[in-house]
Amino acid sequence: MQTADTILEASRLTKEFFGFTAVKNVDLKVRRGSIHALIGPNGAGKTTVFNLLTKFLLPTSGKIVFDGVDVSAQQPAQISRAGLVRSFQISATFPHLTVLENVRVALQRKANLATQFWRSDKVLDTLNARATELIADVNLSNFIDTPAVDLSYGRKRALEIATTLALEPKMLLLDEPMAGMGHEEIDRVAALIRKAAIGRTILMVEHNLSVVSSLCDTITVLQRGEVIAEGPYSQVSQDARVREAYLGADHA
Amino acid sequence: MSELTDTAALAPAPQLQGKQQIWERALIFAGIAFLVAAPLLGVYPVNLMTLMCFALFAAAFNLLIGYVGLLSFGHAAFFGTGAYVSGYAAKAWGWTPELALLAGALSGAFLGLIVGFLAIKRKGIYFSMITLALSQMVFFIALQAPFTGGEDGLQSIPRGKLFGVIDLANTNAMYAFVLVIFLAGVFALWRIVHSPFGQILKAIREHEPRSISLGYDVSRYKLIAFVISCTVTGVAGGLKALVTQIASLTDITWQTSGEVVLMTILGGIGTTLGPLVGAGIVKTLEDHLASLGFPVPVLIGAIFVACVLLFRRGIIGEIENWMKR
Ligand SMILES: Nc1ncnc2c1ncn2[C@@H]1O[C@H](COP(=O)(O)OP(=O)(O)OP(=O)(O)O)[C@@H](O)[C@H]1O
Ligand SMILES: [Mg+2]
Repeated sequence: MQTADTILEASRLTKEFFGFTAVKNVDLKVRRGSIHALIGPNGAGKTTVFNLLTKFLLPTSGKIVFDGVDVSAQQPAQISRAGLVRSFQISATFPHLTVLENVRVALQRKANLATQFWRSDKVLDTLNARATELIADVNLSNFIDTPAVDLSYGRKRALEIATTLALEPKMLLLDEPMAGMGHEEIDRVAALIRKAAIGRTILMVEHNLSVVSSLCDTITVLQRGEVIAEGPYSQVSQDARVREAYLGADHA
Repeated sequence: MSELTDTAALAPAPQLQGKQQIWERALIFAGIAFLVAAPLLGVYPVNLMTLMCFALFAAAFNLLIGYVGLLSFGHAAFFGTGAYVSGYAAKAWGWTPELALLAGALSGAFLGLIVGFLAIKRKGIYFSMITLALSQMVFFIALQAPFTGGEDGLQSIPRGKLFGVIDLANTNAMYAFVLVIFLAGVFALWRIVHSPFGQILKAIREHEPRSISLGYDVSRYKLIAFVISCTVTGVAGGLKALVTQIASLTDITWQTSGEVVLMTILGGIGTTLGPLVGAGIVKTLEDHLASLGFPVPVLIGAIFVACVLLFRRGIIGEIENWMKR
């Protein structure tokens, strides 16, 4: 059973799409305060696991316990409010809202400024101080009034992180936060993640193994929907099946 | 972006800023000035009053398509229901016009709650199809029910006395009443769009999964917006019944649903003034062409094709976009 030490535990998680099993009996335990990576070749089922954990998809079977509560039957928005917040593989900002407005959307709910339809949106200015801080933390201060659609890819990712952190989540699920980035941007986002991980737990999908090895405490390797290895990088990287799945694929 | 934008192929207009806002204010001021002065200029007031009813209807519809990304294809159900209920309250129960209108508003809200509850979880074209199907059910109820007057509809609906005092049989008094309701309705919708709640609606329209992952129960927000839109639509329908003194099946047909879609697209989805301008153009053309014996559906079709091919943002949307550059 779950100990105080484990923040998220999934047991025997399975998802079938029309007879095709994308995720098969996955057991996953994420230690509180750790940075945990979920890796695996394309199509291994990583994003599907994220979708199951955050209830964007209904599992065919299996159980999910988050922070001591069985959340298997909860709605995605409810899970987010409980403190388990995800990002998306394809960057997810509100394109025609400015950077400031994007972050404010995340702040509005807790400030009770989400359902008030009779007031002017000028009251949202009360959130500007906090939003500005969050934006400065991800080095976007110069773009505060830029519509998200006009940001570079890396900056969109940074904005997503700022928006997510605005919720003060207990745990973050990041789906390939660095995909499509250059070296410099990768370093910047890695630093951001390290900073975000203070006092939080992070589960991330990432293909860049050097990032994973330097950033993550524990690594779970998924292949064809099944967990084939788990442990610290030094151990996992020596695993025969992992080497085959990865190096085999890489050298092919 | 919602899936709907593919079907409609019409992007919402960009946000207004600075200079454009001044331009918009000037246009609003000119519009209000025109509406106030129109009866003095000799414009036939009943036409103008009817037009305002449809403009309010289009503005309410625009709240959904323009700011939530929901294409309701059965909005005439709420317009027609508002018309029947207000008309019936005024005629059969002798209610004063403001109470009759309130009844129309509540009927729109109530029906909106039912339809919204059934449709709101569907996306894109499925949402549109369910609203269409349910509105057809409402149409058949209106056709069969004993109190709607069947094919004849409700005729000679009395305008009554406002608060039991001001006789609205007087055209100027009626005109003033309609103008006030119209402006109040448009202002209320504008306020909602530019409120904290409106900001969440925009976020949902822009990226629904992201809004969910930020903890928003998007169905709830959509349902609130849907009910608000239906309520205002009910008011517009009720007002139309009092203006024309008729509530008939025409008000509730799918053709009327289609007309409001067209008005909004023509004027500009997601703009404050677009639906009003669109309603003005469509209604004015209809009035003139009908009197010349021109087949109106041909015109409607032609306008639709022109919108999709030539100015996808609609008239106001194109102007705003042009001013942005
Ligand atoms: N909604 C769906 N319906 C049907 N099949 C799906 C669905 N979502 C994912 N799949 C399938 O499940 C498998 C796992 O997909 P998933 O997106 O989870 O992989 P991934 O590990 O995230 O891959 P990548 O590294 O490319 O992002 C794939 O074969 C995919 O085609
Ligand atoms: Mg993936």
